[in-house]
Amino acid sequence: MKRYSGFGLVKHAMSHHENWERQWRNPTPKKQYDVIIVGGGGHGLATAYYLAKVHGITNVAVIEKGWLGGGNTARNTTIVRSNYLWDEAAALFEHSMKLWEGLSQDLNYNVMFSQRGVLNLGHTLQDMRDIQRRVNANRLNGIDGEVLDAKGVQDIVPILDCSKNARYPVMGASWQPRAGVARHDAVAWGYARAADSMGVDLLQNTEVTGFKIRDGRVHGVHTNRGDIEAKTVGCVAAGNSGVLAKMAGFKLPLESHPLQALVSEPLKPILDTVVMSNHVHGYVSQSDKGDLVIGAGIDGYVGYGQRGSYTTIEHTLQAIVEMFPIFSRVRMNRQWGGIVDTCPDASPIISATPVKGMFFNCGWGTGGFKAIPGSGHVFAATLAKNEAHPIAAPFSIDRFNSGALVDEHGAAGVAH
Amino acid sequence: MTQQNRLANGGLIDRKRQLTFTYNGKRYTGYEGDTLASALLANGVDIVNRSFKYSRPRGVVAAGAEEPNALVQLGATESTQVPNVRATQQALYEGLVAKSTNGWPNVQRDLMGMVGKMGGSFMPPGFYYKTFMAPASMWMTYEKYIRKGAGLGRSPTENDPDTYDHLHQHCDVLVIGAGPSGLMAALSAGRRGVRVILCDEQEEMGGSLLDSRELINSQPATRWVSDTLDELNQLDNVTVLSRTTAHGYHDHNFVTLHERRTEHIWDRATPANGRPQVRSRLHRVRAKRVILATGTHERPLVYANNDVPGNMIAGAISSYIRRYGVVPGNSLVLSTNNDHAYRTALNWHEAGRKVVAIVDARPSPKGTLVDQARALDIRIISGSAVIEGKGTNRVSGACVAAIDPAAFKVTGKVEELECDTIASSGGYSPVVHLSSHTGTRPQWNSEIPAFVPGEVKGMTPVGSVTGVFDLKTAFDTALSAIDHALEEAGDTSSSKVTEAPQVDAIQEGPCCALYQVPHTKTTLRAPKQFVDFQNDVTASAIEIATREGFESIEHVKRYTALGFGTDQGKLGNINGMAIAARILNRSIPEVGTTVFRPNYTPVTFGAIAGRHCRDLFDPERYTALHQWHVEHGAEFEDVGQWKRPWYFPKTVNGKKETLDEAVARECLAVREKIGILDASTLGKIDIQGPDAREFLNRVYTNKWAKLAPGRVRYGLMCKDDGMLMDDGTTSCLAENHFLMTTTTGGAAGVLEWLEVWHQTEWPELDVYFTSVTDHWATMTVTGPDARKLMEEVTTDVDLDRESFKFMDWKEGTVAGVPARIFRISFTGELAYEINIQANYAMKVWLELFDKGEKYGLTPYGTETMHVLRAEKGLIIAGQDTDGSVTPEDLGLQWAVGYDKPFEWIGKRALTRPDTSRKDRKQFVGLKPKDANVVLEEGAQIVLDPNQSIPMAMVGHVTSSYYSAHLKRGIALAVVKGGHERMGETVYLPMADGKVHEAEIVSPVFLDPKWERQNV
Ligand SMILES: Cc1cc2nc3c(=O)[nH]c(=O)nc-3n(C[C@H](O)[C@H](O)[C@H](O)COP(=O)(O)OP(=O)(O)OC[C@H]3O[C@@H](n4cnc5c(N)ncnc54)[C@H](O)[C@@H]3O)c2cc1C
Repeated sequence: MKRYSGFGLVKHAMSHHENWERQWRNPTPKKQYDVIIVGGGGHGLATAYYLAKVHGITNVAVIEKGWLGGGNTARNTTIVRSNYLWDEAAALFEHSMKLWEGLSQDLNYNVMFSQRGVLNLGHTLQDMRDIQRRVNANRLNGIDGEVLDAKGVQDIVPILDCSKNARYPVMGASWQPRAGVARHDAVAWGYARAADSMGVDLLQNTEVTGFKIRDGRVHGVHTNRGDIEAKTVGCVAAGNSGVLAKMAGFKLPLESHPLQALVSEPLKPILDTVVMSNHVHGYVSQSDKGDLVIGAGIDGYVGYGQRGSYTTIEHTLQAIVEMFPIFSRVRMNRQWGGIVDTCPDASPIISATPVKGMFFNCGWGTGGFKAIPGSGHVFAATLAKNEAHPIAAPFSIDRFNSGALVDEHGAAGVAH
Repeated sequence: MTQQNRLANGGLIDRKRQLTFTYNGKRYTGYEGDTLASALLANGVDIVNRSFKYSRPRGVVAAGAEEPNALVQLGATESTQVPNVRATQQALYEGLVAKSTNGWPNVQRDLMGMVGKMGGSFMPPGFYYKTFMAPASMWMTYEKYIRKGAGLGRSPTENDPDTYDHLHQHCDVLVIGAGPSGLMAALSAGRRGVRVILCDEQEEMGGSLLDSRELINSQPATRWVSDTLDELNQLDNVTVLSRTTAHGYHDHNFVTLHERRTEHIWDRATPANGRPQVRSRLHRVRAKRVILATGTHERPLVYANNDVPGNMIAGAISSYIRRYGVVPGNSLVLSTNNDHAYRTALNWHEAGRKVVAIVDARPSPKGTLVDQARALDIRIISGSAVIEGKGTNRVSGACVAAIDPAAFKVTGKVEELECDTIASSGGYSPVVHLSSHTGTRPQWNSEIPAFVPGEVKGMTPVGSVTGVFDLKTAFDTALSAIDHALEEAGDTSSSKVTEAPQVDAIQEGPCCALYQVPHTKTTLRAPKQFVDFQNDVTASAIEIATREGFESIEHVKRYTALGFGTDQGKLGNINGMAIAARILNRSIPEVGTTVFRPNYTPVTFGAIAGRHCRDLFDPERYTALHQWHVEHGAEFEDVGQWKRPWYFPKTVNGKKETLDEAVARECLAVREKIGILDASTLGKIDIQGPDAREFLNRVYTNKWAKLAPGRVRYGLMCKDDGMLMDDGTTSCLAENHFLMTTTTGGAAGVLEWLEVWHQTEWPELDVYFTSVTDHWATMTVTGPDARKLMEEVTTDVDLDRESFKFMDWKEGTVAGVPARIFRISFTGELAYEINIQANYAMKVWLELFDKGEKYGLTPYGTETMHVLRAEKGLIIAGQDTDGSVTPEDLGLQWAVGYDKPFEWIGKRALTRPDTSRKDRKQFVGLKPKDANVVLEEGAQIVLDPNQSIPMAMVGHVTSSYYSAHLKRGIALAVVKGGHERMGETVYLPMADGKVHEAEIVSPVFLDPKWERQNV
């Protein structure tokens, strides 16, 4: 892999950009791999990268039915934060946050991780109690955070309506300065390029249609391009995880819902942080290109359509205009939807399964973009050692039998 | 300024009405009927923007929704600013104020612009992924400058003065687009009496007929347009919506239309007939049939320097000449691959300006229009194309050469023609956007060549969107679509068959496929050939992307930003796909279709939000006693949608009490004398039916089999995971009739929960639920003197301690009004909850105060209620619980009936290993060691304050108050294994560095024998 640099850019410009090399190969599937990752989203690609980099396992295929990073990784609103409530979740997301903090350099790919801070607003007395509780827990877990009152919020975001005129006036917020946003595509591509350079085969337009399972153990996968063998298979298929589990003969406690987002037209810089509100129910940040990137909650029904209902868009914009009345004349450019796999406790599943050699990493629901580095890192360790990484252990499927849930609903809310 | 490009006559503008407007600080004039773009062109304004990446000068290229360059910041005042308005879609009005959105004239302050000027060659696609990485700490600084350089217009910084409406509409036929086919369809359907909505995004209806050279019934086409509109406007069953864009097409023929009512008049909604108007309306339309008559967008050709001002798409030039009487130049070179575009040269010629040449990519063009051009002695250079434009701020010439499109090669000598305008036409792309919003993929039609709409249930495309471009087909497809649609809907009335009007036949030869024009140099070495103007995406960027392995069209688009602008690639997408296809050696449909998403064109947030902001964002709910609370100075708390009195500060000696002072006073009043709470907001669900009791048994953890009429019981409701969800009392009104109460915030959720279980799991149970929250006002009279006051206001209820026991309820009259009285207590004091029909509540409330004054009756709010119940260790679901707490964690195992016959909700979960763990977080009281300390709610609890971070946390404070009665701070908390830790000391390390100490105690701080509520 030729490293990218400003100097390299100048060199390429001199030669009219005729000599750029491919960022990844387009290989023909081998018959057999040590590990197969199903799903070439951010989580799948990160898993492959850390398998190769940390564990030296490079005979790996990532099998993607469409194009790399084309699922939720391409559709999310890129909020990255680690101020989760419960110790287990906080450990996982903070692990991820630490990896984010050196990711561009690690991958030699600018993922534009912008630590511009995230505000989670409180509008009721109970919101404020929950915020205090979460920030106190974060502090004792070593995660940055502060409780702000309405004035503190106003100082950070002068354009937010913090007046008493609002239907639910802002009472305060939690503020995580290290949180922020990143460039979603770059994350997928950066991991893909780095994994490819260590020998990982990225197989696009390849769909897993079934699993080879004998004696309760996985031996490989069936795909539209033929069978491929491996003794270890990690499934990282987000909204389609339930479908894959069904192919393998078991059920996961997941529901797949549409989750929508929208952007405004590009604007000159107007909003420098990420503002989220559970109560008014919407969140917004501004991308480097200038679009306001906006989202809210899932659509209520289940489905695989990658499209949601218009009322959700209306409610979302009502929330945004309620919080930012000055945006009333800003115009919405585009909306889209992804399919998110939600768990009953709003926490992910990183787990072995009833089929030996087969692991699932899913249930990230509305908020797994931020987890990509951490999840890939601990899932790779889990696959490599055939044993749950300590950070991953609380997220095993067993918790739905034991009852040891990690209920992040309260902290998740609009959940990103 | 003179309008140097305005023709002496012609066009649909009203020359009698001259308008003045300001653009980039300069004053210009135009006419009524102009768009801002036509007026700018009339005034010879060439540069309307700077491009966003390379800061190149850009001019108007189109005349409609597809315009990528001419974006302006509109608005005369700060509060009426609108960013990114397309000048081609903005009607001119007197006093209009606009600015270009980017760079110029402030280009010197625009870092990206400077970088762009210095060398766009350092900015290949995705360059930002490859740079700005070192040192890591600098990214936030780099980003600041990148952000500054990006973006188009700016957000207003003051609040919008206007309002927006939503309308809900149903119709038989929704016709989108009022060109020839749309008008024909609307007319035919309208005459047959069905409900029709016809909408068109433009200022005027007529679509392509507005600049057509063709005659209809031997008259100018605009005549047929106005006759048709006259008739449509007469029909009561037809709604004609101009300036109305169908911007989103959703499932089941749900289409959203954005009707701009005032934007052509002024930048803020002006009153109409003396009444205020909304700025725009959003029509939410359910249509039985959608007629898609959205026409086509012309594709420009991709050649070197095709972005220099003076390069335009051919059809746009025809529009400017014929609709606005504006010729945007003096000498024209037209580069085309089809006959249709010859109209532009003919129009230009008729306008008295010079057509230098028509350059046609086809070796031997033939057809009516070609003949007309030849007859006028216009030079036609066949088998050739414009391969490069000359000039920087305005076209100064065109390099023309013979080409072989299939081999992608220049095959002849390059000739440079002098001209100031280059028109190009690469064919016509049907406007498939709306149909693809539905999730349907457009279909490739290699004849035109372009995509046509895929099949959508309930939708019929008509006219040129079908890929057949002649006028006769437009009329015919429209008529048969309506006949077919109405027939399908069961309407066979053929009495009023509408006939297509007469049109002249025009012979047109086939077009040839040409997207990117070959250059003598390779794409990477040739001057920039733009594909997506708004995002500065060039043919070479697409080539580099594919070389780097971005082979899926979605990857190409994302890596280069192709199609991500506010025009959503209306001009560029197909060209971009064609270029990728050529390089990858695939066909265009193999490379993929592009997915268009709502909105077709951008829509203001305000229009989508409608009236649902501020007061109407979420309904505010008031109790029947609200007015009294307001008059008595209550401060309010938002609880769910309700406004609840939080506390009632008194003004003593001119000083208003603080929250703490008021709450202390209110608490002492209840503990020592008597207080009253408006508890009307608690959810009330009336449950009736033979299986009502059985149903309660299943949704509550405790037993309901034996609750007799006249009795009340406290119930716990768990989710299926065994975690407490809500609590409240339920009273047996009669054998098959119960009244359930819920928390204020939980009411709607609980009702839904009951319905879900009833409807999906136990439909066999005969039981009905009705919300009666608003029907009954609830007043809690509580304190040692409660009985005394009650005795004064009731005559027919025996209030004796023995005959009206704790957890009894009775019917009677209070203050002469029928009432239900419940002897339940959330304060630990003697208490009566009086339910009164809401309409009569105020009378009763006033009478209670009338009679209660001598006892010192004190109104109290939610804060005091919280303190009083906390002194008694009574939980508030949602505050002391968070979805992870079981009844046993709360010490409420007495309310769990494990031996009930039916598997009630949560039972199974409560028998899982984790829920029977001994070290679960359990509900306890905390006594701060320092009596004056009031712990922070949400404070985390540790056993060892000296450990390092991350600390092992064992629980947190859920509620905490200063108890005026106990004269100390008290708190409720959950602590791991807390029930077994009574008397132990725990620590609370706070953000300010203080560490509080507290003792674990029973949550019942007061009257552990529960005697006070039974006095
Ligand atoms: C609108 C929206 C907004 C969001 N906002 C945020 C946010 O702000 N912050 C945040 O942290 N998270 C957010 N998320 C969630 C986040 O996007 C996801 O949790 C995360 O991207 C999941 O990554 P993934 O790699 O697991 O899934 P994906 O990126 O969806 O990848 C799964 C891949 O598996 C492939 N696949 C599926 N089945 C098969 C098969 N049979 N064979 C082969 N391949 C298969 C799919 O094609 C897909 O590429 C948002 C999600 C959405 C939809």
